[in-house]
Order: sequence, then C-alpha cells, then structure tokens
Amino acid sequence: MTAAVEFRGVGKRFGDVAVLDNISLVIEPGQLVTLLGPSGCGKTTLLRLVAGLEQASSGQILIDGDDVTQRAASERDVSMVFQSYALFPHMSVLENVCYGLRAAGLGKSDAVAQAQATLSQVGLTGFGARLPSELSGGQQQRVAVARAIVLRPKVLLFDEPLSNLDAKLRRHVREEIRDLQRELGLTALYVTHDQEEALAISDRIIVLNRAGIAQDGSPRALYEQPRSRFVADFIGDANIVPVQVTAIAEGLATLLLGDQSLALPDHGAAVGAGLLAIRPHAIRFVTPSPEGLAGKINRASYLGDHMEYMLEVAGLSETLFVTDSNVQTPHAPGTLVGLRLDPDGVALLPPEA
Amino acid sequence: MRAFKLWLATGWLAWLVLPWYQTEGTLGAGLGPAWWHGIAGQPWLLPLGLPLLAAIPAFARPRLLIAAGAAGLGWLVLEGLAIIHHGWGFVWLADLAGTPGPTQAAMGWGAALYALACLMLLAIGIARSGQFRGDVFVSGAVLLMAGLILLFVIFPVVSMLASAGQAPDGSIAPLQMLTRLASRSIWGLGCLTDGVSCGVAWNTVVEALLVGVLTTLLGLALALIALRTDFPFKRLLGALSILPVITPPFVIGLALILLFGRAGMVTTLLSDQFAIPRTRWIYGMPGITMAQVLAFTPVAFLVLSGVLEGVSPALEEAAATMRAGRWRVFLTVTLPLIRPGLANAFLITFIESMADFANPLLIGGNFSVLATDIFFDMVGANHDQGRAAILALVLLAFTLTAFQAQRAWVGRGVYATLGGKGSGGAPASLPRGLRWMCYAVLVPFLALTLAVYGVIAIGGFVENIGRDNTPTLRFFHTAFSIEHGAGGWFLSGSAWNSLLNTFEIAALALVPTVVIGILIAWLLDRQRFPGRRAFEFLAMSSFAIPGTVVGVSYILAFNVPPVALTGTAAIIAIAFAFRNMPVGIRAGLASLSQIDRSLDEASLMLRAGSLRTLVQVVLPLMRPAIATAAVYSFVRAVTAVSAVIFLVTGHYQLATVYIVGRADVGEYGVAIVYSAVLIVLMMLVLLAIQRLVGERRLGRRVGVGA
Repeated sequence: MTAAVEFRGVGKRFGDVAVLDNISLVIEPGQLVTLLGPSGCGKTTLLRLVAGLEQASSGQILIDGDDVTQRAASERDVSMVFQSYALFPHMSVLENVCYGLRAAGLGKSDAVAQAQATLSQVGLTGFGARLPSELSGGQQQRVAVARAIVLRPKVLLFDEPLSNLDAKLRRHVREEIRDLQRELGLTALYVTHDQEEALAISDRIIVLNRAGIAQDGSPRALYEQPRSRFVADFIGDANIVPVQVTAIAEGLATLLLGDQSLALPDHGAAVGAGLLAIRPHAIRFVTPSPEGLAGKINRASYLGDHMEYMLEVAGLSETLFVTDSNVQTPHAPGTLVGLRLDPDGVALLPPEA
Repeated sequence: MRAFKLWLATGWLAWLVLPWYQTEGTLGAGLGPAWWHGIAGQPWLLPLGLPLLAAIPAFARPRLLIAAGAAGLGWLVLEGLAIIHHGWGFVWLADLAGTPGPTQAAMGWGAALYALACLMLLAIGIARSGQFRGDVFVSGAVLLMAGLILLFVIFPVVSMLASAGQAPDGSIAPLQMLTRLASRSIWGLGCLTDGVSCGVAWNTVVEALLVGVLTTLLGLALALIALRTDFPFKRLLGALSILPVITPPFVIGLALILLFGRAGMVTTLLSDQFAIPRTRWIYGMPGITMAQVLAFTPVAFLVLSGVLEGVSPALEEAAATMRAGRWRVFLTVTLPLIRPGLANAFLITFIESMADFANPLLIGGNFSVLATDIFFDMVGANHDQGRAAILALVLLAFTLTAFQAQRAWVGRGVYATLGGKGSGGAPASLPRGLRWMCYAVLVPFLALTLAVYGVIAIGGFVENIGRDNTPTLRFFHTAFSIEHGAGGWFLSGSAWNSLLNTFEIAALALVPTVVIGILIAWLLDRQRFPGRRAFEFLAMSSFAIPGTVVGVSYILAFNVPPVALTGTAAIIAIAFAFRNMPVGIRAGLASLSQIDRSLDEASLMLRAGSLRTLVQVVLPLMRPAIATAAVYSFVRAVTAVSAVIFLVTGHYQLATVYIVGRADVGEYGVAIVYSAVLIVLMMLVLLAIQRLVGERRLGRRVGVGA
C-alpha cells in the first residue's frame, strides 16, 4: 500500500534557524497520527509543509506516492482545519462549505448538495444560511471540519483544532473528530501540544523536539516505554532519577536506586549510569521494612479524587512526586513510609547526553 | 497552461498584427505591425520575433521560458532607448557610428502589449521554476508592479539624471554637471557674510527645518490639549485634522496675502488705526513659514495624537504613585515615550515643506526655494532644463534622506506601549504651566486658521475683501455661471472646463491608484519573495518624491520616444496614480494587518488559487480600506498642484493650476470663490465616504478567527 504521506530527509530553515532537520517519516492511510511537542518544536511547520503553506528547504515530500515538494497549496489534495477555524466571516456557513467545491470547478447545485450532505454529517443540518459569527465556538469548529472533509482530501490536517474550546467541550469534540475520521476512513495528521489529547485519539504519536523526531510510536508504547528523558517528561508526569545499572541478565536489569537494589525489565539498557523514569502512580506505599525502599512525606495535598505527596528518599537528591488514590486515610507530612515500585510504571532511560 | 497560451498568443498578436508605433509623429513609416516595419527598413524590430518563437515549446522548460521573456523585454528596452526619433539615443553610439543613425517613432499599442506579454512569460517561467511558491499570479503581479514602478517612478528620475549631465546640444558633459551642481546659486552662503541672498539649497533646508520644528511643537501642543486636558472644543481639533486633506495647498498662502499683503485687511487696519506703514514683509520667508505652519500643523497633530494615545495611562499612574510630580511625570515618562512620534512628525513636515510648491510660488517673493526654482528653470523665464534637473536632484536627495531617516525611526518602533491588553486608568493631567503654554499657542493658531478659512469663505462673495465689502455674486458668476442659449443649457462659467477636467482625470486615476496600491499592499503583507525589501522601498519612496520633481522628470522622460505621453490626459492620470499609490498601500497594509492570515491559507487549502483568494476572500474584507483609499486618492488628485502644473496643456486645464494662474495675475475674486467651491466639494466627498464606511463598520460581521 502506498503511504499517505512520506517525508524523505525534509529540512526547513528560516534564515539561519533550522526549524526541521532531516525528517523522514511515513504515514499509513486511514490512520490518525498526532504530532506532539512543546511550542517551537517544529510540529506546526511540519504540518504546513504537508499543506504546502511552507516550502521545504531540502528533501522530498510525497502525498499518496506523488512528489508534491514543489507544488502549491491549492494543487495538493489535502485539507486543513485551522486553529482559528479561519471561516470566511463574509460568507454564510453553506458558502463556506461550498467554497472549495466551487474552486475545484463543481457546478453550483452539485456543490450545494454535497455541502448540505456534509453539514448534516457533522450535525449542522439547517445552519447553512447562518453567518459564522452567529454560531457557537463548537459549531464553528464543526463547520471548519465540514469545509475540510467535503473535498474528500487524501490527507486531513488539524492544527490544534481544540485549543479555542473550553475544557469540557474539548473532550466531546475530540471524540467526534475521531469517530468521523474512522467512519470516513480518512488519513489525518493532527498537531497538538496537549499530551492527554494526543493519547486519547491517536493511532500513532510522533513526538517532536528541537527540530527532530524524539520518538514515534503508539500512545501506549510512548507512555510505557519512553526512550528519552524528554519523552518521559513530556508525556504524562514522571520522576526522573539517576540510577546505576550494575548487571543485566535474562531481560532483567539490576540497578541501584539510592541505597536500594532493584530488578526491572531492561528494555535494552546498558550497564553503567542511567536514568529511571517513575510514573507518580507507580510508587506504592507499603509498610516500612529495613530492606525495602523508604521515604519521608514532605508535603501532602488533597485533590478530591486523589492525594499528591512529595517524598524525600534517603540517598536521592530529588524529591519524588507520588499520587495515591486513597483519600480516606491520607498520610500526614513527616510520616515515614515504605515504598514499592510497580514495574509497569517504571522505565529505564539512557543517561543524559 | 492556460495563462501560458494566453500570453504567448498575446505576444504574437502584438508583434504580428497590432500597430507597433504611435500614430502621432510617425516618421513616414505609416501604421504597421513590427514585422512589417522590420522588413520596411527598421530591421531591429525583427529579432523581437525570436523570443516568441523560442517560447512556443518552452512551457515544460522554465529556464528557456525565462530566457525568452527576458530576451524579448531586454531587446525591446535596448532598441527603444538606442534608436529614437532623431537618430541614436545615446551620444556615444552616434560617435561610434559616425552617422545620425536610424530613427523610429514612439512605441504604440503593439510594443506595449509585446512588453506585457514578455513580462508575463517571464513570470510564468519564474513561477514554474519554483520561485514564488510556484504561484504564477503572484510572480506576474510582482513583476508587473515592479515593471510599472521602474517605468513610471525610476525611469523618469534616471532620465532627469541623464539630462542633468547633458549640455543643451545633447552631448554629455559631466564636468558641466559638476559645475552646475557646485554653483553658488545653489550652495552660496552669501547671506551670512555679504548682503546677497544665500543659495537656494540652503534656503530650502533652513525653511524646512524651521517649519518642521514649529509644526512639531504646535502639533504637540494641540495633541496634549486634545488628549490630556478637558478642553471643551476637542471636536474642533479633530475637524482641523482633515483640513490639509481637502484644502488645495496654495489656499492658505492666498488667504495670507489677502490678510497681510500690502493691501491686505489686517495691513489696512493697522495702517488706518495706528499709522503703521504698509510693507511687503509677508512676501518671503515669513509668509512661507506662516502658510506652511498653518497647512502642516494638522499633519503633525494627527501623528502626535496617535502616538500620545498609545502611551498607556497606567505608566503615568505608576510614575505618579512613586511620588513623581506632574512635571516630573511629563518629562521623565510621557515625553520620552512619544519621542519617536516627535521625530516622525518633524520628518514628515520637513518633507512636506520641502515639497510644497504653491505657497512659495504665491507668497515667496524673492526668497527662492528649490521647488519654485525648478519650475522657473523648466518653464519660466530662465529656461534651463539642465539646471532644473540638477535642482530637482538636490531636492530629491534631501527628501529621500529625510524619508530614509523617518523609516529608520518609525520602523524600529522604539516604544510600542499599546499592548493587546486594554489598560485602564485616566491619563495624567498636564502640569499647570505646560497647560497654559499649550493654550497660549493654540489660541493664535486657531484664530489664524479661522481667519484664513473665513477669508476663503467670504472673500469670493464680496467686491474686494477688506476694502469694499459689498456682497456680490460677480466672481461666482464668472466662474460657475450656467446659461441658456440657442443650443439649450450650457456651462458658460470660466471655471467649468478646468473643474470637469479635474474630476475626469482624478476619476480616471482613481482605479489604477487603488488597484496598484491595494495589490502592492497585498504582495508586501502576504507574500514572501526575493527582493521584497527593495520592492517595498521603491513603492514607498514615491511618497518622498516631491511633486515638482515628478513633474520635471515626467517631462524629461515622456516627451520623446520610446515612451511619449506628454500632452495626453493619460500622463496626468499616471502621475496621480503613482504619486498617490502610497495612500493605497498604507490603507491596504493597515487593513490587511487586521485580517487573519489563516483566512488566506484556508482558501488556498480549499483548492482556490491566489487570485481567487484575493478576489473572493481578501478584497471583500478590505472594502472599507478600498473605499478610503479611493476617496483619498481622488481628493489628493483634485487638490494637487506641483506635479501637474508641468503636465497640463491647453486641452487639459486643471482646477488648481487655473486657480494659481488667476491668483498669480491678481484676480483674487475668482481664485477665492473657486477655492471655496473646491474645498466644499471635497468636504462633501469625504463626509459621504465617511458615512458609507462608518455604516459598513457597524454592519461588519464580527470577525470569526480574525
């Protein structure tokens, strides 16, 4: 099967600044792939390169097997949902949705029919005559989606489409987008800086950092097996502490955390200094024992459905951040507690470069 | 592909079918297309067919297309400049050949269309080679605009430079140019040591500095009163700011003569009541200074009140809470924050003063400045085109320098205190002493302004203002009477011809002014392309070219082949279009900065090309800016004098030139009544458009994503 989008060694420079550096990736048809990263990582630039709104400084971009590197935005078979929606304020909803069809040379009655059908698909039957300014934020967002999908693009691009919605609506709309994408079998490329959003809707997440790809994989793989401190830190919360790997045998790494020796799945780690990423929920409280890991509670905060603790552990310079679902019998600051690490929430990382 | 076929066909049509030369002044060649002239004895036209031939298979080969387009254009320019109506166009060519050389007439429709076709083929080639994001429309627009600016802004200035270095017989005389340039009449400092007058360049600079400083201070005083006091007549100050737009520039000088001239109202009053002898003190530097200060203070006021508005009151309040007194707040916070505005106001009025032509002409007496000297050298008694060209270059150098300085200052945007967040708080009130100083300046300024406009309003409807105040419609009848004769109603007044001409030409210039201005604004704001900064500088610099310089350079450039336009209405319309183009650019840039860029991008993503995007998305949202640009370009064209006084002919008399002519020969009655009518008409036009645009604003749909 031909890749929906392929980047071959693509670079983008603005003056002397490399915004993207030698990016190669392949996006399979029918998938929803998220580009995730902090601001300035190049994720929006990557999206705009696919769109044709920016021109690559080097490398090749292929859409559905065609080299489109030199092609103008209007000549690429892709659509985009903008962060600001970019609905034309002087046109009605129907005119907005018809716009692309008319530009592509479709007759008026055909365009109107297709636009009406798409509007009903996004649940906006009967809104055609309104102006965008007469719609709520969520409705405007749906018009933007309708305007993009009515063209049946080979790739649908989303540029932080939920950032203008309030938190409750956001969850609802992202599910709608995901359902629509699956239903129509569209290939979608989705930019966000919100890791929770990315985890919730993606088939695959590409984490970008400093003009390059930090890690690429399924949401689960990224969360459970981050391969760098950056990814561990960026996706979900993590305590990152230095460790010494003393031995590796049969898939198990023996390591020293503070004064304590632990055995964990090695994930390809090497003997020597390393970093350990520990999810806050992977630290469980147990009765203190002389052999086990122990800590002292520094601070305890009540957050309704869970507790948050800051712990001091002997031999560790960092304090540990721990969440605990037990809110009925919280531990008071100053309490000494025993600790156990849940192997599913712990990952060994290579040492800092 | 469609564009390629269209322009290739146009090129062939221009070369094969259309008359190549202009009809007038054909040198026995008759009317024929290029190939026919080429066979009939002007063989340099034949190679022009080659690029068209080369372009036929070039669609898939952008480099070949670029080469073909460039070659066609290049050869056209070369042969056009090298062979003109009286033989070789360059003296060195004649020397080289030793013969007078072949001749040809000015280019006509064929040549014009051929040039356009080559330019567009070049643009298609460039776009297809990957420049301009592959967008043919954008590359074509950039090339066309650049070509027009080169032809109508740069080429005239260069022709002027060339003619400054030519002796009257046409031979090149760089030495003579230097002698002329170094002349005592330009740079002499005799006024400091001996009793003779100083050089005209110094006169101009000193005058402009004086006017710049005075108007900036006055403008600051007015702005402070408008924004930092509870002065009861603030609306009056607002109304003041539109006066310079609707008032033809010479009106103030004219009114000053009627007030303070030897026979003026005030002079008469003083001499009758206090036996103060009548003198001609107003003619010369005092008169020019007064007229220009009155004319340009509203401009400075507008600039400074804009900047003062941008100073967040929170900053002044913060200073006040730190125990700073009012003077201290003003001197250490307010004043430093508006310093860039002060520099801007000074430089703008400095340029305006240098470029002002009509006031020095009317009221300058023996005090000569560059703008008027150029005029007298060009068309007046001393008739010395070479000197006129030199003076024009000196003037241009001054204004361009000031323009560059202004761009550097404003471009840095030193203290942008207007943030996205609204900041509340009341602006600090002025220190009492300063407030009284401002009032002390404001009162005489307002009084004088009222007197000036009063004289204009009344002066045309009395026998002889100040001396014989019997009401009369005599002058109004002379200028604007409509009579019923044998052939029905007809316009018998002496002013009708020039008034209708003016409106016709201003209307004719309106469309190109707006189209060029808005298109350039769009290219500058929305497109990135190599040479963008140079393009922007060229486009905006036409603002800094004084009208007199435009007039001189147009005469020198367009009186003879290859492009002969003088004596036509077109040249006046073109002069207006390129002089007022910056108005459209500014209005367009301001409007575009408020239209979210993602709207354009959304349109591109929806398969619409950039032309469709411009027409269907961007332009509808820019309607208020377009209307404003149209009206201002119209009004500026109607009230302009300096550039067109060189270009008018018997056929195309213009209102302002007619008025200056009447005033020059002492027919003040007609001049005043005509000025008053013009001012009222322009005011009506402005009010009408303000109402229209205002309503649009109210009805504007709240921008989604904008």
